[in-house]
Formats: sequence, structure tokens, C-alpha cells
Amino acid sequence: MRFLRQVLAVARKDLLIEWRSPARISGLLFFALALLLLVAYANGGSTFLLPQIAGSTLWIGLLLASTRGLDQSWAVELERGALEGLVLWPVMPAALFYGKAIANTFVLLIVLLALCPLTMAIYDVGVKEDYLIFLGLLFFGCSALAAPGTLYGAITARARGSSVLLPLLMFPLIVPALMAAAKGCSALMSGDIFNEAEIWLWLLIVFNVVHWSLSGLLFRYVVEDT
Amino acid sequence: MSEKSYAPWKDYIPWEHFFGVVGLCSLAAGHIWGLFYTPPETNMGDVVKILFVHVPCAWNSMLVFTIAFFAAFVSLISGRRGADGVLAGAVETGLLLTGLTLITGSIFARPTWGYWWTSDPRLNTTAILFLTFIGVLMLRVMVQNSERRAIWSAVATIIAYVNVPITYMSVRWMRSVHQIQSSPSDVDGPLKLVWRISALSILALAIWFITRRYRIEKARQIAEAAPPLPEANNA
Repeated sequence: MRFLRQVLAVARKDLLIEWRSPARISGLLFFALALLLLVAYANGGSTFLLPQIAGSTLWIGLLLASTRGLDQSWAVELERGALEGLVLWPVMPAALFYGKAIANTFVLLIVLLALCPLTMAIYDVGVKEDYLIFLGLLFFGCSALAAPGTLYGAITARARGSSVLLPLLMFPLIVPALMAAAKGCSALMSGDIFNEAEIWLWLLIVFNVVHWSLSGLLFRYVVEDT
Repeated sequence: MSEKSYAPWKDYIPWEHFFGVVGLCSLAAGHIWGLFYTPPETNMGDVVKILFVHVPCAWNSMLVFTIAFFAAFVSLISGRRGADGVLAGAVETGLLLTGLTLITGSIFARPTWGYWWTSDPRLNTTAILFLTFIGVLMLRVMVQNSERRAIWSAVATIIAYVNVPITYMSVRWMRSVHQIQSSPSDVDGPLKLVWRISALSILALAIWFITRRYRIEKARQIAEAAPPLPEANNA
């Protein structure tokens, strides 16, 4: 229970920062929206092609935007030595990681929920059934980006060339999650004739179990030298 | 560390050169035998001989990444700096072997499958594995502080290693153009022996590379810990 309280306290702190200064969320949203529009323009507004690539473009937009935001959640802690203060708190390092990762999951989820109706309008697609599976894909897709992203964000925020390093470390790692989320969403947006969305959702859940456990275990080593 | 200048030849016997010499000689002998003295395959002809490089590189890359994983584990748990040297060597050697696997596989695919590259689970997971460890290598390049470099790259290696079993099992878990995992029992007669010689010689070379890299890393750590040289008197 104590661990859970610590996790929720860290998550609450981070979400409160986002609430009071929503610059990061709005930045992520407009970055991803710009990418969605650029892809649509680059494809000449093709009514045939755009519905087919809607799911993948949505997730690639969120992924690219997330690289601009995940290390920022640590960058704010580096200002005036706040990270040192956090580590010196009587809080388990794993609680610090899970709190931040949960907050990052919700930040990405808010951005994604705002992007979904815009994507559906721009790419002329819609989800007519299986709303729960769709919401599950959105949630677990965001958490799949947040877990390794938060861990690597803690590393790259303190390393030289962080803007290059975070995508380099994160992109290859989250390919299975990106594929599952994009394919699952694309399937639902095109009617899910082969009932494949649920399989992709399960793959996302397995990915989350592996990476949330592993990242939580390894996090203490990353902040050990702070 | 002692105050005298670092003289590695006084501190250890460079036994790893034995593996280098044996590896190079057996690699040359095995490939000359494989290229010139083994019969062509019934359907694919001589093109199949590139598998004498491709398959042993693939086997050894997985093995070397496993060494990197254990070195990362030891580095994190015990903080031993030597483990970081092994990790550096294993990641670089593993990348070299995975790169060779991808290139030779692509050369084999063109005449047999009809294309250089296709979106196949084994091909994709191997390419992702390569990129994942490139990330670890870049992390090592970009972090200057040696203690942080050791810890962070160990963490990144353990996470990157998740992709190794996925890559290995991808041909069984998913429908793939690529055949299931190869073993010497897949081929017959002299080809089997050439495959084994090639695999063992590449393993010997991998041991040589990793150990040499470990020595370099150790020398670098000693150099970093050494007091600065006195300034030259130009007067």
C-alpha cells in the first residue's frame, strides 16, 4: 500500500505540473497534428490511400511527438536540482519510475484522444463497433510508449545529444508495440473483417507486461548516481 | 592503480591471440574448402555457399549478444569495470556479426527468393535487433562519464536483449519466408563439416575481438584514473 501511495503521489505531482502549465501537452498535440496534415497533403488527399494509412499515421505522429515530450518530463526535474531532491525522498526508485510512467501514459493518452477525432475527419475513417477494444488499443499503446520512453528519458535528459539519442534508443525497441497499435487501429477503422484487433491488443498487453516490469526493475540503477 | 606507466605486456599474457590465429586460419581453410571443394546444391547451385558465412554469423551474433547480456548483468550487480569492457566488446562484435548476417542474407535472397529485402518477420526482427544495439553503441559514444556510461549501457543492453529471443523464435511464432532455425543436420556430408568449421572459427574470432576490446577498455579506464602528466617546461 505504501508503494502504491508513493506511485500515486509522484504521478499526481507530474499531472499537476501538466495541468498548471499545459505547454507540453499542447506542444505534443500540435506537433502530431501537423504531421497528420503533412502526410495527408503529401499523399494529395487521396480518398483511396488515406483511409488505409490512417491508423499507422496516427501512431507514428504520436510516437514522433512523444520523443519531444518524454525526456521533457525529466528535464523539468533537472532544473534547480529537483531530481536530486526526488531521489533523496524516502521513496523507492521503482515508485518514482512508475509514477512518472503513469503520468506520461496519461499525457500521451490525452494527446491521442484529442488526435483521434481529427484523424477520423482528415482521413475519412471511423470506428463503428468494438469501442472497448479500440480504447484498449489506445491505452495500452500509450503505456507501451511511456514505459521504455520514461526509462530512456531519464538517461537521455542527462546525456549529450539527447534529441538524437532518445529516438535511437526508443524507436527500434517499440516497433512491436507500434505495429500492434497501428495494425489494430487500422483493422477497426476498416471494419475488422478478420477479427484481428483483439489479437493485436493482446500483443500490446504482453509488450506492456515485459517492459513495465523490466524498466521498473532497472530504473534504480539509472538514478543511482544522481 | 600503480603509479608506474601502464605496460600491458608485463601484466598479462595475451592468450586471446591464440584464438585470433586459430580463427583466421580455420576460417580461411574452411572457406577455401567450402568454396572450391564442395559440390553445388541441387536446386540453388553455388549460391548456397554464402550460407557458410550467413548462418554461422547469425548463430554467433545471438551468442555474442547473450554474452553482452550477462556482462551487463554482472556490471550492474557487482559494478565491476571489467564487465563493462566485455559488454563494449560483445555489443560491437554482435553488431558486426548481425550486420554481416543482414548483408549476406540479402545477397542470398536476391537470386533465391527474387528480392533483396521483404517485410518478413525474421528479416524485420533481425534489422530491429541491429538498430536496437546501434542505440546502445550510440549511448556509449555520447556519454562521457565512464561510470554513467557503464551503468546506462548495461541497462540499455538488458532491455535490448529482449529482442534476441524474439528474433530467434520469429520463424516459429510467425509465418515467414525464411526457413526455421538452421542446424548442421540440415545439410549433408562435407557441407556439415564446413558449416561447423566456419561457426567455430567465427566464434574464435569473436572471442578474440571481445577480449581485445576488453583490454582496450581496461587500458582506457587506467588512463582515465591516472594523474595528469606534468606540464612540459617550455622555458
